[in-house]
Amino acid sequence: MSWYMRGKAAVVGVATAHLGEAPGWSHLEIAADAARGALADAGLTLADVDGLFAVSMHSVFPALSYAEYLGIQPRFSEATIVGGSSAVIQMLQAALALEHGLCDVALIVYGSNQRSASGKLHSPSGAENLPYEKPYKLRAPIAGYAMSAARHMHDYGTTREQLAEVAVAARMWAAMNPDAFMRDPLSVDNVLGSRMVCDPLTVRDCCLVTDGGGAVVMTRADRAKDLKKDPVYLLGCAGGHTHRQYSMMPTLTTTAAVQSGREAFTMAGLTPADVDVVQVYDAFTINAVMLLEDLGFCPKGEGGRYVGDGKLRPGGGLAFNTYGGGLSCTHPGMLGIFTTIEAVRQLRGECGERQVDGATVGLAHGNGGMFAHESTALLGTAAAI
Amino acid sequence: MTAQGPDATYFAHLAKGDWRIQKCRGCGEHVFQPRVMCPSCGAEAFDWVAPSGKAEVHSTTVVRRRAEQGGDYNVALIDLAEGVRIMSRVEGVDPSDVTIGMAVTARLAEQDGETIVVFDPAGKGTQ
Repeated sequence: MSWYMRGKAAVVGVATAHLGEAPGWSHLEIAADAARGALADAGLTLADVDGLFAVSMHSVFPALSYAEYLGIQPRFSEATIVGGSSAVIQMLQAALALEHGLCDVALIVYGSNQRSASGKLHSPSGAENLPYEKPYKLRAPIAGYAMSAARHMHDYGTTREQLAEVAVAARMWAAMNPDAFMRDPLSVDNVLGSRMVCDPLTVRDCCLVTDGGGAVVMTRADRAKDLKKDPVYLLGCAGGHTHRQYSMMPTLTTTAAVQSGREAFTMAGLTPADVDVVQVYDAFTINAVMLLEDLGFCPKGEGGRYVGDGKLRPGGGLAFNTYGGGLSCTHPGMLGIFTTIEAVRQLRGECGERQVDGATVGLAHGNGGMFAHESTALLGTAAAI
Repeated sequence: MTAQGPDATYFAHLAKGDWRIQKCRGCGEHVFQPRVMCPSCGAEAFDWVAPSGKAEVHSTTVVRRRAEQGGDYNVALIDLAEGVRIMSRVEGVDPSDVTIGMAVTARLAEQDGETIVVFDPAGKGTQ
């Protein structure tokens, strides 16, 4: 049984903007350039946008800020903030709003200038008072991911070399992406020998800190057929969350991706074996290991061995983070929207040297907080409907 | 101390050097972080009880920091014998010698004018 909404809404435009370093550009300008690009990709204009789905790490009221900047007054606005997974679960919100006629053209948009503005992850959540954790100076988010990695190694025998392989594979894909921030060759030894940040994770187990923006435009499927590019249909989309503070995570080695993946696959009527391209939020190397387990690509505990033999490398068996991911392509604070953008581009066949031949089903997965919120979307071409 | 919420009650105890956590009167489970109703059974009445101090390291990391900024330090998640988990750190050993499964004992310490809970390797601390 699948979801009544399966294939009812489609992604019709995507764009990135100012990836890498954008000194002199504000986060609103970066977001607006991404929005402009995604609308042009769809053959639409700002005047068509009547649904806004905003996410930001710089603005307390992102829907208000983006709409004001863009000069639009949407009929429907939404600004779910559940961390870096927000823009993926917003595709579900957008599909529902489109289906019920609350809007006709939905714009999901994100922008950040964190690298140029501060040189580090910009997170207003750092200002939130968390009195039970604050005295211990948790270096968020890496220290949380480090403790999940340490526990995964302890419980399942996962090795630092297996984690490093995730970064090596990402770099190989990035080498084929002209937009990627880091494209030089990277070896397992390079990763292991890099500066330790929070044991067992070195700086090369960590995503980049870049500027950049992304935008996704969605319409109902009937209208999508008449636009500029072939539609990429939303087949399933679901989220889940387990905690806010890392110390309240129920099981350090299992995430809510178990729920979001199961729900999204059920909606889509698909299984992991049906997916041609997999784009998963790789904030740290351990993300790939745990989230591939939780999404059902391998059994719990097997993630290290699953990725460790080169499976994620180009031609290795699983087309994973084909743009280089947060580890080597871009990471402007919240990566969620970029997982969707790459999945759409692969399904359209627009990826040049890194194109996965004949891709018809793509998975985009967002991760928020410290393994706190997980969101999974399954996307497909007309052939997948 | 009933004329305030459970968070304030927790920190008021701690400020007096008296570490206590909630124990649900409905199901008997210990509850941490403090709650107005039990996450297990929904009951709204708790006793504030002193933990035994016996605990085990559930996971751990060394946060690397330049020596001039204070050097490396430990952050750990600690499972209390009472069945709840708390973020803290293990002191008295090199941060990199803290291991998963290590038996530890709670101790109250002063930091920035506040009383906080830290842990020592079992047998080394006082409680």
